[in-house]
Amino acid sequence: MKFTWFNLMPWPDLPEDFREKHRSVWVDIDQRLFDPVRSHEVYNTYMDLLEYASTVGFDGIGVNEHHQNGYGIMPSPNIIAAGLARRTSEAALVVLGNSIALYNPPVRVAEEFAMLDCISGGRLVAGFPVGTSMDTNYCYGQIPSLTREKYMEAHELIIRAWTERDPFAFNGRYNKLRHVNIWPRPIQQPHPPVHIPGGGSVETYDFCIDNTYSYSYLSFSGYLRAKALMQGYWDRVAQRDAPDTSPYRAGFAQTICVAETDEEAERLYWPHISYFYNRCLHVYPGFADAPGYRTIKTIQSGALSQYAPPRGGYATLTWKELVEQGHIIAGSPETVRQRMEDLIKGLHVGNIFCLMHVGDMPADKCMYSTRLFAEKVMPKLRNMFPEHADDDRFWCKPLAKRVTPGSLPAAPMTAPQTVGA
Amino acid sequence: MELKTVETPHVPVRYLTGGSGPALVYLHGAGGVTAADPLLAELAKSSTVYAPFLPGYGDSQECAELRDMLDITLHYWDVVAALGLKDPVLVGHSMGGMIAAEMAAVAPGDVSRLGLICPAGLWLDDHPIADLFSLLPYELPQVLFHDPEAGAKAMSSGLNMEDPGFLQTFLVQNARQLGMAGRILFPIPDRGLSGRIYRVKAKTVLVWGDSDRLIPPVYAQAWKRALPNAELVSVPEAGHMITIEKPADVAAALSRLG
Repeated sequence: MKFTWFNLMPWPDLPEDFREKHRSVWVDIDQRLFDPVRSHEVYNTYMDLLEYASTVGFDGIGVNEHHQNGYGIMPSPNIIAAGLARRTSEAALVVLGNSIALYNPPVRVAEEFAMLDCISGGRLVAGFPVGTSMDTNYCYGQIPSLTREKYMEAHELIIRAWTERDPFAFNGRYNKLRHVNIWPRPIQQPHPPVHIPGGGSVETYDFCIDNTYSYSYLSFSGYLRAKALMQGYWDRVAQRDAPDTSPYRAGFAQTICVAETDEEAERLYWPHISYFYNRCLHVYPGFADAPGYRTIKTIQSGALSQYAPPRGGYATLTWKELVEQGHIIAGSPETVRQRMEDLIKGLHVGNIFCLMHVGDMPADKCMYSTRLFAEKVMPKLRNMFPEHADDDRFWCKPLAKRVTPGSLPAAPMTAPQTVGA
Repeated sequence: MELKTVETPHVPVRYLTGGSGPALVYLHGAGGVTAADPLLAELAKSSTVYAPFLPGYGDSQECAELRDMLDITLHYWDVVAALGLKDPVLVGHSMGGMIAAEMAAVAPGDVSRLGLICPAGLWLDDHPIADLFSLLPYELPQVLFHDPEAGAKAMSSGLNMEDPGFLQTFLVQNARQLGMAGRILFPIPDRGLSGRIYRVKAKTVLVWGDSDRLIPPVYAQAWKRALPNAELVSVPEAGHMITIEKPADVAAALSRLG
């Protein structure tokens, strides 16, 4: 199993009446709700928490890309990952990921990911999302029905830039580049492992199967509701005669809160869970799915945006509902272990993206929950798939010998001696 | 109106046709057009109307190869040629008006009469056009009609919202139609026409509803500035869907093209 500690980086100060007074947490969120001075502390605390997670045994620490979003103040995950690369030494840097259709030209992603891989000594796990419709279409202006074509072209360009050893010309529809020749290139060969966040598109299933990429479902609605979607993926894996059904071909994001007891979990975490589920996910439904963004095949398969309003409209979700419906896995270490086992077996997933900082959770509570999970839950879930234990296709392969950042020699007071002169 | 098909180099095109008289090609807006469209019926009284669907609209086949303004402009010239028409009266509503104006700009010698009904294609920073793509179905009548209540009824006629498959059918249609329209309208319906519009030589009539809240009448003035010889006909008590709200007034205005 691979456990990645993930922080969406929500803005912690959305007002209590946010849902009533504001149309959307995303795209046209009120600019005045962001306080740059306050963000200085917020960003640094969030990065501290990611670093903390790397010290207690998580395999990876994860960041992602959103734009104009009140629950994800990380338009550039690469900036955060660069900071983490220097301040951590073991954990994988899971950048899940860069919305490659948005970069002009996309070799920028090939370059920045290569830099992260080089700086971190081969610890990068690269993610290539198409990006939500909010980010890609409404914030970044991409034409919905051409987004996927542009994405596929960007992917081809990045992989070629990473793997070819001579300059080449790339005559794409969206990218015309006469001299592609990135410097640097990644440490990991042939390239860093790739994870593709998807939301149920059949095309994305096939894309992962064809390229041996891990398919990850980054949902907030939990493992019970994800069953049908992940089953669709595994059915497709079987249909397409993939050489194996390794659980590492898939990943899943799950909100997790651990305390000493179930009661303590509710008492400690409920305000922050409520903040996230009842305030942060308030997206104007008109932004959920620009016409043309999802393919006809996908709509016909019944996959709708997870941001589309629920049947019967929005209601305020209670702790009990969130726990029972599996949106969140919360409780004592034993409760969480059981639920996690159900998740891992039920969805057949080897990569878990643990959403352990939730909403406006303060650092101490987040660390408490994180430590309990790492010490009392994670060890018991380690060997869920012993027959696939040596499947390393979907995880980073760091250099055996890595430098320690900040290891400069003492500042020389006289001219250093030139060796070999 | 009869529904027919004509072959073009990229894709078979479905079109509505009917009436008698000189040929008139009608390019529909982003909402599409149906055989029951009241403006087509008005126009058919004195013209042979041809209303080709943009690929993806109605039951017509989609066309991945049409990606941008030039592709779509030339595609419609292919349609005109395939229909065997020479210098038809060219009329377009909203998105269709934008395409018609582009056609007249790229081939000014081939269009002598142009009717533009509240066309898209220009952009005024001080008067941003509403983001049509993010509007929810229940928000549309307010933006599209002078009389939103009657407009809501017109929009939902023939739709069975109780049908459990309704949402999926609606989403598929939206993805097909607006997905295609987005190639020239998203996120801002300006593909550089203002730099080419000087090439238009056709006699032009502009028709605008006084209560247009999608492309407000201030845009009529911008079009007048871009096409100084055009005649502007303003219609009271009509919104952006003037084609449904005041079809007879629109047809009367267009008859000035001769």
